[in-house]
Amino acid sequence: MHAITYETPKSLDEAVKLMAAHGEKARALSGGTDLLIQLRAGTRRPEYVVNIKNIPELTRISFSLQHGLKLGAAVPCIEIHENGDMRKYYPGLTEAAHLIGSLQIQSRASVGGNLCNGSPAADATPALIALGAQARVVGPKGERMVPVESFCLAPGRTVLQPGELLVEFHIPAPERRASDAYLRFIPRNEMDIAVVGVGAALTLDMSDDRVVAARIALGAVGPTPILAAEAAKSLIGKPLDAAAIDNAARLAIAASSPIDDMRGTAEFRRHVVGVLTRRTLAKAAERARE
Amino acid sequence: MASDQSPEFKVIGTRPVRPDGVDKVTGRAKYGADYTLPGMLHGKVLRSPHAHARIRSIDVARALRLPGVKAIVTGADFPEVKGVMAQVGELIVNTHYLSLNVMARDKALYDGHAVAAGAATSKHIAEEALELIEVDYEALPPVMTAEEAMRPDAPVLLEELRTRLMAHRTDPGALEGPDRASNVPGHIRFERGDLDAGFRAADYVVEREFTTATVHQGYIEPQNALAVYDADEHLTIYCSTQGSFNVRTLTASVLAMSEGKIRVVPAEIGGGFGGKTTVYLEPVAALLAKKSGRPVKMVMTRAEVLRATGPTSGIKAKVKIGARRDGKITAAEVWLAYEAGAFPGSPFAPGAMCTLAPYIIENLRIDSYDVVVNRPKVAAYRAPGSPASAFACECVLDELAEKCRLDPIEFRMRNAAHEGAPQPAGPAFKKIGFAETLAAIRDSDHYRTPLNGPFRGRGVASGFWFNGGLQSSAIVNIHGDGSVSVVTGSVDIGGTRAAQAMIVAETLGIAVDEVRPVVADTDAIGHTDVTGGSRTALATGMAVYEASRDARDQLIGRAAKIWDKKPDEVVFEQGVFRPVDGSAPSLNLRQLAGRLARTGGPVVGRATVNAGAVGAVGNAFATVCIDVEVDPDTAKVRILRCTIAQDVGRALHPAYVEGQLQGAVAQGVGWALNEEYFYDQKGTLRNFGLLDYRMPTCLDLPMIETIMVEVPNPNHPLGVRGVGEVGIVPPMAAVASAIYRAVGVRMAELPMSAPRLLKAIIENRVTTFDAQATAAK
Ligand SMILES: Cc1cc2nc3c(=O)[nH]c(=O)nc-3n(C[C@H](O)[C@H](O)[C@H](O)COP(=O)(O)OP(=O)(O)OC[C@H]3O[C@@H](n4cnc5c(N)ncnc54)[C@H](O)[C@@H]3O)c2cc1C
Repeated sequence: MHAITYETPKSLDEAVKLMAAHGEKARALSGGTDLLIQLRAGTRRPEYVVNIKNIPELTRISFSLQHGLKLGAAVPCIEIHENGDMRKYYPGLTEAAHLIGSLQIQSRASVGGNLCNGSPAADATPALIALGAQARVVGPKGERMVPVESFCLAPGRTVLQPGELLVEFHIPAPERRASDAYLRFIPRNEMDIAVVGVGAALTLDMSDDRVVAARIALGAVGPTPILAAEAAKSLIGKPLDAAAIDNAARLAIAASSPIDDMRGTAEFRRHVVGVLTRRTLAKAAERARE
Repeated sequence: MASDQSPEFKVIGTRPVRPDGVDKVTGRAKYGADYTLPGMLHGKVLRSPHAHARIRSIDVARALRLPGVKAIVTGADFPEVKGVMAQVGELIVNTHYLSLNVMARDKALYDGHAVAAGAATSKHIAEEALELIEVDYEALPPVMTAEEAMRPDAPVLLEELRTRLMAHRTDPGALEGPDRASNVPGHIRFERGDLDAGFRAADYVVEREFTTATVHQGYIEPQNALAVYDADEHLTIYCSTQGSFNVRTLTASVLAMSEGKIRVVPAEIGGGFGGKTTVYLEPVAALLAKKSGRPVKMVMTRAEVLRATGPTSGIKAKVKIGARRDGKITAAEVWLAYEAGAFPGSPFAPGAMCTLAPYIIENLRIDSYDVVVNRPKVAAYRAPGSPASAFACECVLDELAEKCRLDPIEFRMRNAAHEGAPQPAGPAFKKIGFAETLAAIRDSDHYRTPLNGPFRGRGVASGFWFNGGLQSSAIVNIHGDGSVSVVTGSVDIGGTRAAQAMIVAETLGIAVDEVRPVVADTDAIGHTDVTGGSRTALATGMAVYEASRDARDQLIGRAAKIWDKKPDEVVFEQGVFRPVDGSAPSLNLRQLAGRLARTGGPVVGRATVNAGAVGAVGNAFATVCIDVEVDPDTAKVRILRCTIAQDVGRALHPAYVEGQLQGAVAQGVGWALNEEYFYDQKGTLRNFGLLDYRMPTCLDLPMIETIMVEVPNPNHPLGVRGVGEVGIVPPMAAVASAIYRAVGVRMAELPMSAPRLLKAIIENRVTTFDAQATAAK
């Protein structure tokens, strides 16, 4: 490990300036639960580490039924879980955040770090995609909004340019009779990494219970998290019965492109995409009807 | 459950707080990595990225020029060591290969094999130095499994190896087959009776093949060593080890030094399970210390632990067993191949000797092979060799029990070995408690409670382990105020300080907190073998018992002197010494201790024991019952309930005995479900961290219920049997049988991870569907 300069900016402006000044040599430090491991293993070798946990915009949760949710990129997962609005209106995203690591890890780890790390197996990412989250990115050249499903490019690579920071997520206000869910398969019961993850968000019709809107996202079954658009589209306008769910599960499998690795075979993963798509849809629907 | 306390004893069978406990839970205890010395350097090892490669040259010039770098060593710095077979705990070690494992010479034989090491003023500089060492490798094709390695055309790892039929564990034996380089250095065979006749007498014969994966002990604390030379060339090593005397012997042999020049100071140890019975860093740190003239400390990372320290063997097994309709086993034929890693010395012999040992089988043949492959050299792991071979045979027994329409416990009961029955390797058992463990499970609340619900199943299996005896020394010092210290050379892993203090307290009639147990270094106590082989409470306990009795006898002599009596005119009872004839008031230990100076000086009790060869000292048996629930869609297995019954001889400290049983079962469940080394095509280990090397967490296991069966060991003064290992033997087969009852598939490969199990479930569904379709036609 090499010597590193550590910075703790107090404002977004200051942070953006620091990041801009050091460009490729700088990396943001949120919870550090990915970054510290990479520093030790030598897989990332920044010269500047910029702590972003003291910047107001990055560390707050603001929610209203009119405007929806602004979730700071560096908010620790445990705060998401402890937030009543999050649990009520975005239970899928909340359970994804609450699955990450352990209580100790969640006290540091953030959803922003989860996404920026660029792992296809990141648990919060499919939940964000299912909710239609947009990432607000600020950099030397200004600001842009990036849909989360377009954020990751390859394992460990994202759309972030040198000097850019992810500030927060914008998530639409919840509709009535809408909800979300996230489920993953892990070999153990905690401290594990998703072999398959599926997030789903559903809006059901007030009168006839048909599907009005749906989004399904898959984790750990391709080089990036995947928006299973066809699978979700197949549900629109239909009652969420076994046939519709099975069909969506089949389309979700078709959208996945898993590989064989030490965590599971491609064959296993494809099968489990189907299983978890069914279960996640059922869970989201049950929540929407509550 | 056996009653905690026998009326014979006051202290033994109670549950006092362990003497080392507070320091450990408050972080004050010093583990290996906590030691520092002034002027200390930090050493790091450069490891081979190739599974199999010739080392053409190593250039360290650039590394040596880096400021802060004080020494670099490579294989060229190590003396050539002739092959001597040394017994290390339960394993036999060839010192030549040990030396090659510590530092590669002309060949790197596994991913992670040490090829050079550097010492520098900081760990980071040492790491940078390694990046500057240039190693010219010629990559060779890796040989990763026993099956591949045994093929006649397999690339050869070590040219000098020949296949030999061993007569005995320590005897390499005669050449078997042609005088040609081979990856199979050892073959051992045990046979008796007439196999053909035995199989002819069977109503059912089951024949299956099994595979188990390489698994690691998974101790929390990585290996470490701090080496320092005195001005007079004496070497002191501080390290976490299960056997400080073994570290001394093995380091001496690797460095061609006299043992008298080495002192090993054992630190507290964060787990070992057999993995810390050999040396990796110690000789390297010593050489770096010698070259640099400074103390050198080395601590492995988790990745180094997984890549380069000894796990236990993966095996390939072929098992054929026949039984009569009434459940009597008539014949068994077993073929086993153990992956040794890069150098000979897998537990293939104990694996052969343990499998089927719980049963009386007249017609038997067991062949077992030691096979070298491009993986790290295996080390001991809890009951080395027994769990993998037991998995294979116990699965077949479960299938036979089903064919005989017998309860799996009843089936085992009908074949159970007892006192006088011959073991697979020949010798007859002494008094053992195998049938008692079966009965304990059969009568347990767990077994008598029906398991209801879909996709749930219950499995039982049994296991055997020899238990070690070996050598121990103990000293009991009586202090002036009647308090006592007991000094041994046994590193305390599972609460053995507590057990030793309790034995002393029991023998001298004092309270356990008046006894201070001390673990001494190798210059301060007589030779003591490893804390391993379930031998410490047993054999060191025996030495402690004898040393306490020695002290007691001397104290009786002192009391006799005070009263002007003969020793046999003094009795010691209930903690007090008194003249038989009541002619003087009695003395308690405190009062007597105050008068030692005037009756001849201090009293020091001493004893040394050789508690016998491995296996001669009180064998262990366990039976485990496990309930599982399988998610039929994802094949994830949940352990619902788990009970182990084990013959523990006598539980000195029941809580720590229970802890041993539970720990063993927990490791067995990990072995069953998820643990495996995952190598890629090139022979590179991919899961070198604890995220992807999956041991169970506390959320993966229910409370493990324990039933301590106490059939006292006739070879031990207190009836103690080793308790630390055998519990790991049965769980894999118990889980496999439970899975079978839950979802109808018999798994023959470990681990039974979700992808493997799901594949089997789906294939079974297809087969069942086809069968039903055919039947419908
Ligand atoms: C024991 C353990 C268990 C874990 N279990 C899980 C699990 O169950 N599921 C899971 O998905 N992950 C898991 N992880 C991985 C990790 O905890 C998560 O990915 C976590 O969400 C990362 O968040 P962080 O805030 O710690 O990120 P950091 O490590 O701080 O950052 C990760 C990367 O993103 C960059 N970054 C962070 N924030 C920003 C920003 N705002 N703008 C630009 N770049 C940024 C950093 O520079 C770095 O490259 C585990 C990790 C550990 C150590």
